Amino acid sequence: MNIIKVKDLIFLYRKKDENGEVVQEIRAVDGVDLEVEKGDFVAILGHNGSGKSSLAKHINGILFPTEGHVYVNEKDTKDPAEIWHIRQTAGMVFQNPDNQIIGSIVEEDVAFGPENLGVPTEEIWERVGRCLKAVNMEAFRESSPNKLSGGQKQRVAIAGIMAMEPECIVLDEPTAMLDPRGRQDVISTVHELNEKKGITILLITHNMDEVIGADKVFVMDKGKVVMNGTPREIFEQVEKIKSYGLEIPHATELAYQLRCKGLPLPKDILTREELVEAICQLN
Amino acid sequence: MSIKLEHLSHQYSQNSASSRYAIEDINLTIEKGEFIGLIGHTGSGKSTLIQHLNGLLKATGGSYTFDGEDVYAENYNMKKLRSKVGMSFQYPEHQLFEVTVLKDVCFGPMNMGLTEDEAIIESKKALEAVGLSEEYYEKSPFELSGGQKRRVAIAGVLAMNPEYFILDEPTAGLDPVGRDRILNLIYELHRERNMTIILVSHSMEDVARFAKRLLVMNQGHLMFDAPPVEVFRHKKELEEMGLSAPETSYVMEELHKRGFSVDLDAITMEQARDSILQAVKGGKAL
Repeated sequence: MNIIKVKDLIFLYRKKDENGEVVQEIRAVDGVDLEVEKGDFVAILGHNGSGKSSLAKHINGILFPTEGHVYVNEKDTKDPAEIWHIRQTAGMVFQNPDNQIIGSIVEEDVAFGPENLGVPTEEIWERVGRCLKAVNMEAFRESSPNKLSGGQKQRVAIAGIMAMEPECIVLDEPTAMLDPRGRQDVISTVHELNEKKGITILLITHNMDEVIGADKVFVMDKGKVVMNGTPREIFEQVEKIKSYGLEIPHATELAYQLRCKGLPLPKDILTREELVEAICQLN
Repeated sequence: MSIKLEHLSHQYSQNSASSRYAIEDINLTIEKGEFIGLIGHTGSGKSTLIQHLNGLLKATGGSYTFDGEDVYAENYNMKKLRSKVGMSFQYPEHQLFEVTVLKDVCFGPMNMGLTEDEAIIESKKALEAVGLSEEYYEKSPFELSGGQKRRVAIAGVLAMNPEYFILDEPTAGLDPVGRDRILNLIYELHRERNMTIILVSHSMEDVARFAKRLLVMNQGHLMFDAPPVEVFRHKKELEEMGLSAPETSYVMEELHKRGFSVDLDAITMEQARDSILQAVKGGKAL
């Protein structure tokens, strides 16, 4: 079943002058059609300005289509009567952890979402405990968020979204501001939520190594979806993906360079282990 | 001409129960013309360290000598230090504030005491260096893309003609194209103007590619100070510090275990490629 369905989506940013006259229109999203199956882990790639964040913001009703439709659980985001339901179904995590944390203690921050939804107090505390456990931040339950590292803050932000029990979480470059360990922690947390709790994940990222584990990848350029497929199908088209200003995972890049120099390596290498295995097979 | 730190320490909340060292006993000499990478996980003390280099923080212990002068002497001219040691913070575009790009870049040099005309000349040179042409001068910085804003912010430091340029994660949050543009710009500044670069980065690949010398901070201490090749031999220690070696060096390690005579010191993509080619083709004709 589809949890998200985007149909002929067009979104225009309209720049206005002092008199309110439209002076410039930017087509941030230009005719996008896509569907996401329940329980899938989907990655969206694209350079800055390709429209991927604008697309993501449609999914939980931060932005609304200029033309076309976005359906979440078959509910149209344009329908004001459904907006609360939609925001509850699709939670969103942003790039900067410092902009997302509002509580002065970790547990209060996580409780904010469900409290806002009118969840009974006892259940709120139960959810807070469960969600902090899921992101491995239980030990910091009573800490001040100020004392946490970027990766830890980002995991608290994810717990805060989880506590609203969404069926789908959209993460917009959640690791861009983190160090390598923070990145790893956040990405493995997200995979765990997907595998163990069946939460649908939409991950927007520039880090190609984070895309390897996804079920499906969409590549955006100039507001359009220009490629879609499994990570293997996407990354074996090295020249094409580079033409969109993107990169490929490290192991894929090394394999590609070796292939260019005449080593007969397979095109669909994604990981270090696959590369080593393929080189061993040569002899 | 150098930066010289001896037993430099910075203790937060001195004389209180919660006192702790952000950096402790740092000994470091940076000569003019070096290209240095600085790595360390969040909270390792690397930001505290670099803020001492341009005098934003004053050490609570130890000494800092710049070009032979004691920076902590009573009559030392801090303004001069700050003009020689330029610094671009994380997400420097958040600090843009003027109404036009050119005015924003002029702020630094005018603050240093240049006249408006002189500042404009320097600013135009700096904007040219970062690849922003005349058409951008009168634009609002807020109309620009993320990568362009960052280049404006870097131009703001360049316009002060620093001898040392510290960049704190200059590529964070940029896409691959934006990132390469900034890294190439930094490399040009180093090569063409012999500018001393201190590049703080979370990307092992980037420091492996550009830095000649690599500093590693952990829990307030300087753990390694050596060429990248040497530092990246300590994979296990780096991992314990929440860091790693470049991805390619793990591939080399794995191949070596499987009996290939590859160069374990290959830390960049090109080095790895060439070494694997040699190892594979040397063994058997393909």
